[in-house]
Amino acid sequence: MATNLRVIRALGMRSIRQTFRRPQLMAPILVFPTLLLAVQTGGAGGAVNLPGFPPVQGFLQFMLAGAMMQSLMLAGNSGGIAFAVDIEMGFTDRLFAAPVPRYTIVLGRLAGVAALGFLSALWFLAIGLAFGAEIHSGVAGALIAVFLVTATATAVGGIGAAIALRTGSASVVQGLFPLVLVVLFLSSAFFPVDLMIQPARAIAEYNPFSFIVEGVRTPIIADVDATDLLEALLAIAGIVVLGLVLSARALRHRLRTG
Amino acid sequence: MEATAAVPQWRANLATIAALMARAKNELLRVPGAAIPGVLAPTIFFLGINGVFGALTQLRGFDTGAYESFVVPVSMLQGAGFTGAAAGVNLARDMEQGWVDRLLVSPAPRWVLLAGTVLAASARALIPATFVLAIALLLGASWPGIGGLLIAYLMVAAMAATAACWGSALALRFKSQSAAPLMQAGMMAAIFTTTAYAPLALLQPWMRSVAEVNPVTQVMDAARQGFLGAVTWAETWPAIAVLLGLIAILGAWALREMRRTAA
Repeated sequence: MATNLRVIRALGMRSIRQTFRRPQLMAPILVFPTLLLAVQTGGAGGAVNLPGFPPVQGFLQFMLAGAMMQSLMLAGNSGGIAFAVDIEMGFTDRLFAAPVPRYTIVLGRLAGVAALGFLSALWFLAIGLAFGAEIHSGVAGALIAVFLVTATATAVGGIGAAIALRTGSASVVQGLFPLVLVVLFLSSAFFPVDLMIQPARAIAEYNPFSFIVEGVRTPIIADVDATDLLEALLAIAGIVVLGLVLSARALRHRLRTG
Repeated sequence: MEATAAVPQWRANLATIAALMARAKNELLRVPGAAIPGVLAPTIFFLGINGVFGALTQLRGFDTGAYESFVVPVSMLQGAGFTGAAAGVNLARDMEQGWVDRLLVSPAPRWVLLAGTVLAASARALIPATFVLAIALLLGASWPGIGGLLIAYLMVAAMAATAACWGSALALRFKSQSAAPLMQAGMMAAIFTTTAYAPLALLQPWMRSVAEVNPVTQVMDAARQGFLGAVTWAETWPAIAVLLGLIAILGAWALREMRRTAA
């Protein structure tokens, strides 16, 4: 057990270092979501005056959850790309030949993605606070947001890892980038669902990422809401299960076919 | 012995530019999948921004009720920005693989080498622009008229040239594809810190200040005019002047970096 944890820790640290060393992997996680947060807040900030917009201190406060969600999804995608690069370069084959359980190789990668999710949550909370956004539920609310973002990053990373294992191609995983945007736009990440235009609104109502966004957003803009939190946790659990099933199947496939 | 007739310099330059453009076209034909993200990203942005922020037209002071008409030039210019930045990324890749070194020892003038890259990006930018426009028209965006359409395409082509100069300068400066995020982020910032989401009066005060001094705002307004109303010379010429200025400045920077690389 202790050995396995050491392997996961070492691979997780390697994953984080890899991301920080390559601007191509780091930029989508922090630079682009921060830039989009700035331009959307500045460009569409007047939206808070629309009838039906939830009571918020400002559009920045509302948008923080969306920026975190974008960042964590791109962290999962970047993790998948880096994993696929490892497969292409033969590094994963060497790990498969090592006397460690195979699941630790995937968990090591996910630990790295989780750490990046954690960092992105802290980054956006810091940006929000620096530019005057309040965390309505205080420290407890911030901790809930950080926990949900970290957990979702891990869950999304599982799907990225599964696709990397299945395809073994960095360009295929990179090609999923537009899909990340689709999932984000068709959720409540950037706007209240009730004010979105059809058919985006109908899809956003059932998009599991909308439940997660609301779970992260509620403690930032209002009091902690048990229902929102529970729905977010259930949505994350669903994505975790999906990621685990897909990863396990992809791992078996890769070990069988080489 | 038969003497070979000397080819005039201008003809040799044109042939070099055409060859570099043909190379870019071949890349597109041989790896069509590589063009998909460049087409998909602005299309998804268009559909996403339209679906998400469409209710902004209900704000007092928003001078149109059709958000798709307001946003379509944003996505067309965004596609141009991405395409131009991608030209920079491709140049960085060519440098990493040593291809640019071979180009630099050729007798072709440096500006010709840059012009090939830039003009190829301009031509290529028309693909995502046309795709986004077709989707927008299907969704009910206003027909901009022939004049409005030509101006929008002119803005797209010139914006792609600007982005290609920017991307090329960075590629030549850093000599690595690692500079790609800087190329893309620069273009994203330039295009979205304008009246991209809402008219000037409805932007947040800090964004309004930035948009007022951002020269790309003029380009955005010129590209948008046909979709929202009549096309006027008064709204067109500032954008042409801005783009010529940006191409001159960024092109000069890229040429300077190219000369440094060759030195």
